[in-house]
Amino acid sequence: MSAGGGASPAAGPGAAVVLPDRTLTGHVLVAGRAAGSALVCTAPISGWGGIDPATGTITEITHPQRGASFTGRILVMPGAKGSSGWSGQFHLARVMGTAPVAVVTRSVNSKLAVGLVALQVPAVQLDDLDAFVSDGTVLPVSEVTVAGGRVHVRYSPSSGG
Amino acid sequence: MHLTDEQRAMADGDHGETVAAAMRILQQYGDIMQAENLIEIASAAGANIYGPRHARPLGSEEPGRLFNRFSLASDEPLAPARTRVHACQLIGPMDRENPDVQGLPRGSVDRVEASQTYLEGLGVSLLNTCTPYQVGFLPQRGDHCAWMESSAVAFINSVIGARTNTEGRESAAASMLTGLTANAGLHLTQNRRADVRVVVHAPVRTTADWNVLGYWLGAAVADDAVPLVEGLESRPDLVQLKQLGAAAASSGDTELFHIPGVTAECADAQDVLRLDAAEVSYTAADAAATLDRLNATRTGDDVDFVMIGCPHASYGQLEEVAAALDGRQVSADVTLWVFTPSALRRRAREDGLEAVIERAGARVLSDTCPAIGQFLPPGTRRFATDSAKQVHYLPAIMGVEGAFASTADCVHAAVEGRLP
Repeated sequence: MSAGGGASPAAGPGAAVVLPDRTLTGHVLVAGRAAGSALVCTAPISGWGGIDPATGTITEITHPQRGASFTGRILVMPGAKGSSGWSGQFHLARVMGTAPVAVVTRSVNSKLAVGLVALQVPAVQLDDLDAFVSDGTVLPVSEVTVAGGRVHVRYSPSSGG
Repeated sequence: MHLTDEQRAMADGDHGETVAAAMRILQQYGDIMQAENLIEIASAAGANIYGPRHARPLGSEEPGRLFNRFSLASDEPLAPARTRVHACQLIGPMDRENPDVQGLPRGSVDRVEASQTYLEGLGVSLLNTCTPYQVGFLPQRGDHCAWMESSAVAFINSVIGARTNTEGRESAAASMLTGLTANAGLHLTQNRRADVRVVVHAPVRTTADWNVLGYWLGAAVADDAVPLVEGLESRPDLVQLKQLGAAAASSGDTELFHIPGVTAECADAQDVLRLDAAEVSYTAADAAATLDRLNATRTGDDVDFVMIGCPHASYGQLEEVAAALDGRQVSADVTLWVFTPSALRRRAREDGLEAVIERAGARVLSDTCPAIGQFLPPGTRRFATDSAKQVHYLPAIMGVEGAFASTADCVHAAVEGRLP
């Protein structure tokens, strides 16, 4: 499952630990290079009724990352769901300047495919998001670089124990 | 992706730059979907009406510029191009007869009308409903289509046996102008088989029950899996199938479902079930938990707004509402709006049904809905609806509380001011 990740630090409780960098290889959906902080979503995103293009935030009532912003960041998510307005909302986000700079996704469906045509940002599909989420908890990702089909993940220190 | 000589010529601009822009969308879309080629479609259904929400960020009110940017992903001055297949407009932002109900200023109404006129000029039929299949715009079994509107996608794939992916506005517009779509996803027979066998162990009788089952189904069957639903004690009618698909496509991604003896491609479970299909059960506890989820934002029983008709009500649903309202009066503190396709509203008008509903103090509206048009009666804090889809979307879009209830209980709430 986890190749080179899942560090289990020997440090005592409260000590700051940093997970080792991960480099993952996926499938190129839209070619290009981008780097930045990441919004890691633990549930698929709805476009229509799921985001606010004016603020670049997730708004779906029951979404675990409700309120979080994807503007200027790498949007990492299990996939796209919900209304066929997905692409239209992200297209508005692009025109309003609130769009993500790249997309990393586990699954690809037609909603996401059209959305990527509208967004025109680099996008990669990964079979596993375990570099971003472990046991349902978002890992402390500090920076993600997307280049071609490669995704490089850096982590920030977090409390161990 | 392989293109025929004719398609290559379209992509190269032999049929004009507008068609070439549409081909660019389909080529990139097809590449992402890993399609081997493009296929001809029988019809396309899209959402391409633009008003202030799109004009403001673009900095232009010109309908052609809005269409080129938001429908064809281009800022070039592309000339209008005629649709090449049957094409219709799905639900839009405004009731063409009653823009005043939405509190729209004259300028906004003018902009939406200009956008509609532009679309009509391209050859798009202004049906302006999420349920074009209820008013004469429907494919036949096996037709390849390019439709938006997740509830309509689920309906035509499942109930009719046509083949469409859930398009977005850019791909639907591109398909209208080219008559083509990417040959991927649900256009391929192998992707239409059932991955999950759902065994129902709970009573599913009323239309409200079908909404709840659908809302559970969309969340339980993730990742675009195709469910087969078995163990049902009653046969759903077309309204219940409409509600099931709409609910499942709101909580999740269901684009196609099979019910043995009911849906088009499934006379028998063995017709569609994969050998390695997973199995899940739907129990009374699941139904109860789903009902709680539908009422996640609700903190009380008083309501000031009741919304019926999501997806747009059938004629039978209008009759049901009229019968429930006959001789009663909607509370002065509550607004009751019933949404139906404009073609059915005209029929309801001729038949006197609309008068029955409006005499009781309710309104029959068309072409839009509160979630799509982003409007509510002034002062709305909590609304009730008989639609899992509307109660899923409206609280997130408009910041109000939502309650899900049966149609009868919704009418009761409109009359009494509170849910039973």
